[in-house]
Amino acid sequence: MTAVKIETRAKPRAPGRDEAKAEEPMILIEGLTLHYGDKPALKGISMQVPKNRVTAFIGPSGCGKTTLLRCLNRMNDLVDGVRITGRILVAGRDVYHGSMDVTELRKRVGMVFQKSNPFPKSIYDNVAYGPRILGTRSRAALDQAVERSLGSAALWDEVKDRLHESALRLSGGQQQRLCIARALAVEPEVLLMDEPCSALDPIATAKIEELMDELKSRYTIVVVTHNMQQAARASDVTGFLLMGELVEFGETPKIFTTPGDRRTEDYITGRFG
Amino acid sequence: MSTTGPLGRSSGEGRLFPLLTGAAAVLVPCLVAGIALVLWRESLLSIREFGFAFWRTSIWDPVAGQFGALPFIWGTLYSSLLALLLSAPVALGIAIFLSDLSPHALRQPLIFLTELLAAIPSIVYGLWGIFVLVPLVRRLEIATPAWLKGVPLFEGPPLGVGLLAASLVLAVMMVPFTASVAREILKAVPSAQREGAYALGATRWEAIRMALFYGRTGIIGAVMLGLGRALGETMAVTMLIGNNPRISLSLFAPQYTMAAVIANEFTEAADPLYLDALVEIGLVLFLITVAINALSRVLVWRVGRERTVRAGRPVPAAAV
Amino acid sequence: MSWNRLRRKVVSGAVVAFCAAAVVLALIPLGFILFFVIGHGLPALNAAFFTQMPKPVGEPGGGMANAIAGTLILIGLAAGIAVPIGIVSGIYVSEYRKTSLASAVRFSADILNGVPSIVIGLFAYTTAVLPFQRFSAIAGGLALGIMMIPLIVRMTEELLNLVPPTLRDGALALGATRARAVFTVILSAALPGILTGVLVALARIAGETAPLLFTAFNNRFWSTRLDQPIASLTVQVYTYAISPYDDWHRQAWAGATVLIGAILTFSLLARAMTRRLERMHRP
Repeated sequence: MTAVKIETRAKPRAPGRDEAKAEEPMILIEGLTLHYGDKPALKGISMQVPKNRVTAFIGPSGCGKTTLLRCLNRMNDLVDGVRITGRILVAGRDVYHGSMDVTELRKRVGMVFQKSNPFPKSIYDNVAYGPRILGTRSRAALDQAVERSLGSAALWDEVKDRLHESALRLSGGQQQRLCIARALAVEPEVLLMDEPCSALDPIATAKIEELMDELKSRYTIVVVTHNMQQAARASDVTGFLLMGELVEFGETPKIFTTPGDRRTEDYITGRFG
Repeated sequence: MSTTGPLGRSSGEGRLFPLLTGAAAVLVPCLVAGIALVLWRESLLSIREFGFAFWRTSIWDPVAGQFGALPFIWGTLYSSLLALLLSAPVALGIAIFLSDLSPHALRQPLIFLTELLAAIPSIVYGLWGIFVLVPLVRRLEIATPAWLKGVPLFEGPPLGVGLLAASLVLAVMMVPFTASVAREILKAVPSAQREGAYALGATRWEAIRMALFYGRTGIIGAVMLGLGRALGETMAVTMLIGNNPRISLSLFAPQYTMAAVIANEFTEAADPLYLDALVEIGLVLFLITVAINALSRVLVWRVGRERTVRAGRPVPAAAV
Repeated sequence: MSWNRLRRKVVSGAVVAFCAAAVVLALIPLGFILFFVIGHGLPALNAAFFTQMPKPVGEPGGGMANAIAGTLILIGLAAGIAVPIGIVSGIYVSEYRKTSLASAVRFSADILNGVPSIVIGLFAYTTAVLPFQRFSAIAGGLALGIMMIPLIVRMTEELLNLVPPTLRDGALALGATRARAVFTVILSAALPGILTGVLVALARIAGETAPLLFTAFNNRFWSTRLDQPIASLTVQVYTYAISPYDDWHRQAWAGATVLIGAILTFSLLARAMTRRLERMHRP
């Protein structure tokens, strides 16, 4: 096993990086405004999330980054009294349009939560949950999906001999990777990650950051993080939110070295937040 | 940090406080043991006279001094299990609605309404049962087509009172109680479980199913608690069941339960053997309900629910 | 939409519909029952109901004054037994919650809660009626009190646990002994809630019939003596309900209405109390 490096490392240039800018964005957000009751939580957010990259949302607590993330797979629908205006297009389709089937959206846009939430079932059954509800019945197909997903989440080797043990027996870091595997098992196009490492130790965190880097070649990743160093290390594009507004959005190296907005600079240099 | 002694107090604390409060506390388990003991002692005559045959014989004839309690076990189990079958799905449906589906504005009023229903005394249900349910059941019985009447399940004259009426009122009584406990179980399931399911593209039902799975032991416990309550239900049952110690498969036949026979005949009984026989029935009823309650308690507590006290609710009979 | 997705959506919709239907299904009997009882009971409620004794069989009129008084006396007795024992036990269980006695108490309280009320009546009969060879209000109060104890214990324990530990720490830091801290600070913080809960428990046992059938028995006449049988609203309603007389049926409805009214009043009161408490304790 390669030694895990914890410091900031130079980002390997992904092939065809300069062409990325010309591609259609995976997610297009236009004028997104969200109210909880009459309190505005997001104000006129517009951005383009590029395909096959890691996009990070940073900002102080309460700035709306998690709220924004949860709009992308309509998890905010579960909250009472939420009003949304504006548009979100995922792969060209309007997420809030009447014809959009929420369950299909969530299959295409997966999510991993801040605190891992494995179901009280076996490791196998956790990962197989998604494919099962999508209609996969054959044991062989499920086995394949489970192995593939656990492999993508860099967990296969650790659990391949105990797939039928309870998922709750895994360590925190393993549970989070299990949740990633579970999300990947339905073959999404986008993976949303809400502060996935905040409950984990540095080694587990590094494993997940490494995973994000591997996964981005196949998925579009959007990660919310309160850890600026993590955003600087692991993301390609960063958006800085403050009090519901998107203050600045751009290539990560630029945001962190020469931010355009004074507020971004203050946050990054630790003057607040 | 000071050490803790057997009474739980730390060294250096007064002895009086834990002793006095402990003395009051110890009364509770003593009561339970005391009830068991007293029931045992007061049924000895019957136990010695009949032994286990008491529970296999179906002749209950106080005049001849013949006491067989099988009809009561039959009636109790039949009525309670039928009521359970009818009430459990409805109660679960209500619990799910209140915890997962209800629009925000409706939630609290509906919860209050459910718990008010659970607080209505048995006698009121019985009163309603006599004057509303029984005539209704009687009309139903009269309307039963002749060919159906041949089936043992529907035999007998249309009296109105009988097993069906008693089971229906029991079911009506069990629903709010079971719904209440089940709702608390569902409320205790972490929302992260449902969110996890939703995030994978689950439908409403699939996410609820995950919550039900998570809380399955607690829900079984809730249903068992409801059953325990039905087994011991006295007034509404005795007003509607017909009070006839006869074993019958028919829903229309008047039958008898353990609680009902005690309520009806205890003050009439003069003969010591008669009295002891009734107390023996009470003893078995006690043991059955204790067993069910103990078991359901283990199940309900294993989910580790957080119990927030709401002293303002009408307290349903097993404030678990 | 694929077949599988359609099927899932239909199933989900069906379940949601079923649950909503279940709620309506539960409310219909409630509506019916309350509607019927109150509808029949209100017209029969008059001054006579509250002030007169039952008339002899066959004579119309009369009231349930003795039964109402009897119920009040019985719940008073029950409270006298259950509240001290219940609160003090609750204090023990809350203060020494890790001990085996506390676990035993919690377990027994839950068990006791589930014991059928008729069985409690049998116990009270044996302990309070047999030795004295007569039915009495005390025996009835004992039966009801036993039923109240587990409710009070659990409720006291929970309310005491809810009191923020900073309150206790503050008292202890000022040099109070454990007893003093509990009684002066913690208990008084929990007291409004406890009193509310006692009210609710009282309303609940006021509606009990079975345990009174052979303890307090019944009494056609006015009696407030504790060592004699005493009338109660519930037993009176029962007696009238199963009788063949229309006038008695009418009065049974009235009695049931009074019972429901009392329970509703106590529940609403307690709910308002709890709301106020929550508001007070909200940080």
